[in-house]
Amino acid sequence: MTDTQTTPAAGAAPAAGENATVTMRVWRGDDVGGEFTDYVMPAVEGEVVLDVIHRIQASDAPDLACRWNCKAGKCGSCSAEINGLPRLMCMTRMDTLPPGEPVTVAPMKTFPIIRDLVTDVSFNYEVAKTVPAFEPGPEPEGGYRMMQVDVERGQEFRKCIECFMCQDICHVIRDHEDNKPNYAGPRFFIRFAELEMHPLDVNDRRELAHDRGLGMCNITKCCTEVCPEHIKITDNGIIPMKERVVDARYDPVAWLGRKITGRKKKTAEEASAG
Amino acid sequence: MSTPAPTPTATPTATPTADFETFDYDVIIIGAGGSGLRAAIEAKERGLRTALVCKSLLGKAHTVMAEGGMAAAMGNVWKEDNWQVHFRDTMRGGKMLNNWRMAQIHAQEAPDRVYELERWGALFDRTPDGRITQRDFGGHRYARLAHVGDRTGLELIRTLQQKVVSMGTDVFMETKILRLLPDAEGRISGAVGYRRPTGEMVLFTAKAFVLATGSIGKSWKYTSNSWESVGDGHAMAIWAGADVIDMECVQFHPTGMVWPLSVRGILVTEGVRGDGGVLRNSEGKRFMFDYVADMFRAETAETEEEADAWYDDHINYRRTPDLLPRDEVARAINSEVKAGRGSPHGGVFLDIASRRTPEYIRRRLPSMYHQFMELAGVDITAGPMEVGPTCHYMMGGVRVDAETQAATVPGLFAIGEVSGGMHGANRLGGNSLSDLIVFGRRAGIGASDFAEGRTGTPSVDPAAVTSVIDEAFAPFGREEGYNPYDVHEELQETMQALVGIIRTGPELEEALVKLEELKDRTSKVQVKGGRAYNPGWNLATDLPSMITTSIAVAQGALNRKESRGGHTREDFPGPDPEMGKVNFVQRQTGEHGYLAPIAIGPEPLPEMPPELRALFEEAPKP
Repeated sequence: MTDTQTTPAAGAAPAAGENATVTMRVWRGDDVGGEFTDYVMPAVEGEVVLDVIHRIQASDAPDLACRWNCKAGKCGSCSAEINGLPRLMCMTRMDTLPPGEPVTVAPMKTFPIIRDLVTDVSFNYEVAKTVPAFEPGPEPEGGYRMMQVDVERGQEFRKCIECFMCQDICHVIRDHEDNKPNYAGPRFFIRFAELEMHPLDVNDRRELAHDRGLGMCNITKCCTEVCPEHIKITDNGIIPMKERVVDARYDPVAWLGRKITGRKKKTAEEASAG
Repeated sequence: MSTPAPTPTATPTATPTADFETFDYDVIIIGAGGSGLRAAIEAKERGLRTALVCKSLLGKAHTVMAEGGMAAAMGNVWKEDNWQVHFRDTMRGGKMLNNWRMAQIHAQEAPDRVYELERWGALFDRTPDGRITQRDFGGHRYARLAHVGDRTGLELIRTLQQKVVSMGTDVFMETKILRLLPDAEGRISGAVGYRRPTGEMVLFTAKAFVLATGSIGKSWKYTSNSWESVGDGHAMAIWAGADVIDMECVQFHPTGMVWPLSVRGILVTEGVRGDGGVLRNSEGKRFMFDYVADMFRAETAETEEEADAWYDDHINYRRTPDLLPRDEVARAINSEVKAGRGSPHGGVFLDIASRRTPEYIRRRLPSMYHQFMELAGVDITAGPMEVGPTCHYMMGGVRVDAETQAATVPGLFAIGEVSGGMHGANRLGGNSLSDLIVFGRRAGIGASDFAEGRTGTPSVDPAAVTSVIDEAFAPFGREEGYNPYDVHEELQETMQALVGIIRTGPELEEALVKLEELKDRTSKVQVKGGRAYNPGWNLATDLPSMITTSIAVAQGALNRKESRGGHTREDFPGPDPEMGKVNFVQRQTGEHGYLAPIAIGPEPLPEMPPELRALFEEAPKP
């Protein structure tokens, strides 16, 4: 049914017709090292990259490792770099890729390799542990009231499916491993923004955002471009947060106001303390 | 490592050996979807040593797929709504096969659980006066579903996940549990599994175990379920000697995508038909008019003109047959395909493009529009969709105590899809998310109480642990054997063809013979490569769960000689009042384990008290 080639194929045949094939150039290896291996598979109409990966598993390479769950763009498990760009394998149709050329599928570069297309994304889960919990103010008689327009700001960020492709593409940590301990990354900047804009939350996330490297982001918008949920990470999350951080730290009027009225919101330190 | 080791203080490592790691807790929850997360919060709040063990990364569980909302009689949109109405709707939807007490608890407690999510940070859509708004759904008398657009499941799982993380709960990600083990007194005390990234074996000991493992849909060819839904919990409960009920009650949603391959089985919301979409066969005919059962005839339109007029005038016209109950529509689609009038890829056509303007379709059905556009390259404003029935939800499962979710084996609890009883023979849309949070909390309390009351240190027979490990590694040692992917594919073909939406006695008997054969092959699969993140091996370890649950479904279906809710027998097309009084209960009475037979027999449903029964007598006809 299929051929596994050790040398790179010259390219796939056109994506239509009886005996058409596709060449999948898949990275195989582990934390020690690896290489791209070509799999020439029959072309099947209407498939996404993940379908072809599954067919390779069922035939040539039963141990080819990849993550996936929902297969409908809703869980964010199957992130990979397809032809060099972070994409969800389940949402990338084969017929949108250049016909006749091999399709390269590589693991996300920013995270350590576990095996093949599976990376160790625990960096993100460790950062998540450092985010102080949502904390609402006292509940009024008859329950909280919020207006739709006010919840929609946070809802945009809560569309995040945690595919971590924004973290993968962000050059602050993609190209500078040493920044990781001090940089939460775009996924968590919108988490801070979501909490900061939540109508009920009483914690102050601005110092936290500053401490976790918000200032290192220089707004290249790469994260926004790869977001499969089309969240405007930079424009609606990071930039407003940068403005709020500046207000909090450097605006003398705001500083004076805080001195006179006392803080309404808790500092990051107080919030972390519980 | 994507499965960080728990902090040393919380998990005293007991007896590290060369073969497996050991962790000890008070409460272990297997599965981190909505119900597992909710149970963990409860146990953690009690101060118990609590851990979640899940097969995927945290936050990827199937709950994330839920769209419509969670049903709770909050009365924010219709003040007439209350728990009694919700209870009545749920029981009727379940064709009265439900555990009445679970349905009652669910209806009574769901509103509190929704408000609790809000206090934990969930951002629900609002009414004009700022309260949580609610939407209409099939089978619910009033608009009842709290929701966040069409991604309510994501909101639920993220809210609970963030709460669990903020509490410092230990989470073992990408860890699959293979078997539950008892202590000398028969209390469930251990769980053996492996970490997927490394293939290292793990033994968890605990005073109480909660199964929150979800569904069984991956045994069918066309399903809306992910790879995780292999019936791990159902099977492990059976192997541990627990009772399961209603295993024949599997919900097939009539409209899943069938083409292209990439999206086969993904759900197409009922809202397409609610907003004017109609089903057509290959001849362009609206075939649903030919499939109106007697019991729906009085309330269903007879002509296309009448059906079309109903959309704007519900008072003077009768509703379109395209919106008959799910089992009716699924059966009709099945018949059309069998008669050779299906679409090119084995479904039928769902057409809204010829009936509504592109602007209307995009405004009313934004996610459907994008789903077809991005995944299928189909513009639903310009042409029809191809749809067919897809395996969607498991009503049957572990028989539990309604108050505590305790299984019939001590030390074991079950919630969500792996538990049975709550939804009877058919689940209403919106009742699954509320089920998760209501009974997740209850199981957390039940398991915590049990753990606190249990004396002694949980211990298991070391030989039993070794035996599970040996069995798990056996496929690596075979010089030759079956390819697990081939066995899985054949299982899916078998279940799809013989234990699908329409069943017959002879086909079910054929299926059981075939399943025995596949059981034998499953014991002879061969796996190549190493243990670290090896999907072929992972599938080999999923197969026993799939085979056991498939056998239980087929046995239940063979014994329930009637049609009720999600279970349809062509040879027994109507409901049988006597069968409506019993659950089919299955358990392993002699030998336990994958290779042992499962006994089945009817047992009477719990008796509903007169004051609740009266609700059905007073209720107006639907």
